[in-house]
Amino acid sequence: MNIYRSHVLICGGTGCTSSGSVTLQEEFESRLKENGLENEVKLVQTGCFGLCALGPIVVVYPEGAFYSRVNKEDVKEIVEEHLLKGRIVKRLLYSETVEEDNIKSLNETQFYAKQMRVALRNCGVINPENIDEYIAVDGYQALGKVLTEMTPEEVIQIIKDSGLRGRGGGGFSTGMKWQFTHDAKGDQKYVACNADEGDPGAFMDRSILEGDPHAIIEAMAIAGYAVGADQGYVYIRAEYPIAVERLRIAINQAREYGLLGKNIFGTDFSFDLDIRLGAGAFVCGEETALLTSIEGKRGEPRPRPPFPAIKGLWGKPTLLNNVETYANIAQIILNGVEWFTSMGTEKSKGTKVFALGGKINNTGLVEIPMGTTLREIVEEIGGGIPNGKKFKAAQTGGPSGGCIPAELIDTPIDYDSLIAIGSMMGSGGLIVMDEDNCMVDIAKFFLEFTVDESCGKCTPCRIGTRRLLEILTKITDGKGTMEDIDKMEELCYAIKASSLCGLGQTAPNPVLSTLQYFRDEYIAHVQDKKCPAGVCKALAQYTIDPEKCKGCSLCARQCPANAITGEIKSPFVIDQEKCIKCGACQTACKFGAIYKA
Amino acid sequence: MKSLAELQEIRNRALSQVNLRKEREDGIRVVVGMATCGIAAGARPVLNAFLQEIEKRNLGNVTVTQTGCIGMCRYEPIVEVYVPGQDKVTYIHMSEDKAARVVAEHIINNQPVTEYTIGAEAK
Repeated sequence: MNIYRSHVLICGGTGCTSSGSVTLQEEFESRLKENGLENEVKLVQTGCFGLCALGPIVVVYPEGAFYSRVNKEDVKEIVEEHLLKGRIVKRLLYSETVEEDNIKSLNETQFYAKQMRVALRNCGVINPENIDEYIAVDGYQALGKVLTEMTPEEVIQIIKDSGLRGRGGGGFSTGMKWQFTHDAKGDQKYVACNADEGDPGAFMDRSILEGDPHAIIEAMAIAGYAVGADQGYVYIRAEYPIAVERLRIAINQAREYGLLGKNIFGTDFSFDLDIRLGAGAFVCGEETALLTSIEGKRGEPRPRPPFPAIKGLWGKPTLLNNVETYANIAQIILNGVEWFTSMGTEKSKGTKVFALGGKINNTGLVEIPMGTTLREIVEEIGGGIPNGKKFKAAQTGGPSGGCIPAELIDTPIDYDSLIAIGSMMGSGGLIVMDEDNCMVDIAKFFLEFTVDESCGKCTPCRIGTRRLLEILTKITDGKGTMEDIDKMEELCYAIKASSLCGLGQTAPNPVLSTLQYFRDEYIAHVQDKKCPAGVCKALAQYTIDPEKCKGCSLCARQCPANAITGEIKSPFVIDQEKCIKCGACQTACKFGAIYKA
Repeated sequence: MKSLAELQEIRNRALSQVNLRKEREDGIRVVVGMATCGIAAGARPVLNAFLQEIEKRNLGNVTVTQTGCIGMCRYEPIVEVYVPGQDKVTYIHMSEDKAARVVAEHIINNQPVTEYTIGAEAK
């Protein structure tokens, strides 16, 4: 093995891959060769660093220089200046790491300073396709410890004591789930991993699988030992090709090393893993639908109880946890309960990964201790709202969650506080909205999603969500009445109470929470026939300010509906009957004389 | 995988692969002058010699980096060694053999090789 003086880490997460990190890798290879550095400098493809907004990201060690938005043309400069002559290319550094003339460590930047990386600890640090690197950072030590020193009961007790709760959204005690599966009687048991991340905007599970797949394999083997299963399944959506490929490579490597298979670490314990691909139906993230899909049947939920811990895959006791939940397991075993419980709040221990999206500067993945406030996430870690706009609300929990309004921005983020204010943790998507977002439109967006994704098995969800969407559409078209709002609210409660599975039971949440905090916006749509944010097209009205209008006729010539008339050199007017609200006139006007209201 | 010892063996072997990426304050740094002057005077073989010695002796806490011209081109190849808590030591006119001695005496045994330092030249 050769020792290298410098490592160049290139992000190979989905975000950076789509912004071109693969071509960077090739460019680095040829430039390094050109300069005779290929035996001194090592190229490493890693998982996601979290700062996806600034991708592709390249980090050079030992200096820890964090280059952002690197393109192919920049590679030559990095190789010739930094790698050959030792001069860091400041121009390309992530601007937050450069202060006056000094280069700060990445951990001191606002984006990373408040983060605490447990589930994401190896993402952006190791090469996910190399099992040796995972072992070098204490990988498989926890499995070794569990198999050689602990009984299954002791393992379960540690997980229980740690207070770890399901990271997929529900927040059920992981230790209890393990206990139920352990206690269930059965000649055969299974463990399964839910990697069917379906919430629009959430991508932490994908990033963990892409950046640290061995952590999931190790945790599932530990879970298998604890509950008495010898076979595991990872259910992952086929839309995550990079994650699937890396997991496949990781499973094969683990088998080669005997970390999966028969008699692991010379004990009686045998365990193996297989991948099952999902076709990307949102409902398959629901546990009973997921297990049905693994069995090869149509992915539809069934009533619970019996819970999967009693009757899961092929009727056998099955443990099902989410990717991020598993990513915490080995760390808890190695560092102990006390370490884990020192992070977070009284009832929500540890950290949570959030996918920051929407109107925020630092789009990407962040991992924070539970109990961090929304304000810290948005203003500090997220770097605030672009273009000096005002924060209006944050949406958490995807189509199952709700909106947190600006007045609740100091709410600590944990399972129970979020439920108390009508939202939920969900899998951790966090979409930030500013004053340009219409809350009725947001509710409509999520309803469109659930209507598409409802599996159709039960009536309240199949028909109820569709009726709900119809009313919302009516309101955004300016045809709603006050009775519609009441009817909608009643329908929401009916759907929640009578749907078969979590999809339907939570589908009305976006409507209910926007009604709770932004009722005035609904009323404005219904009574004043106005969309305060100016999003709903049907309610928009374009008018020409006669003071500013120079009478140049440019708008009239652009109008596809011939709705604008007037005489040259005197103010023009828009015929509201004919106007189709396309906005072409506003774009065309050189004097800023056309307003949208 | 038949035993914990086997896992430990892989871990130790692989550690040098990732050690470089940890942000640490405690490690020893070897900085080689690699501007045009340094390279012309033969800094590259010196740098490689350091890397080979460090690998051979499996020193996990040493990083080797390069730097630009510090203005004393006539002394190149120049190598600076930073041991935490101690003054930096500047070696001049380095060669591959000298590099091996610096690793053995200074980095491992904490005894700077005085005769190679810039201070010795001044005397």
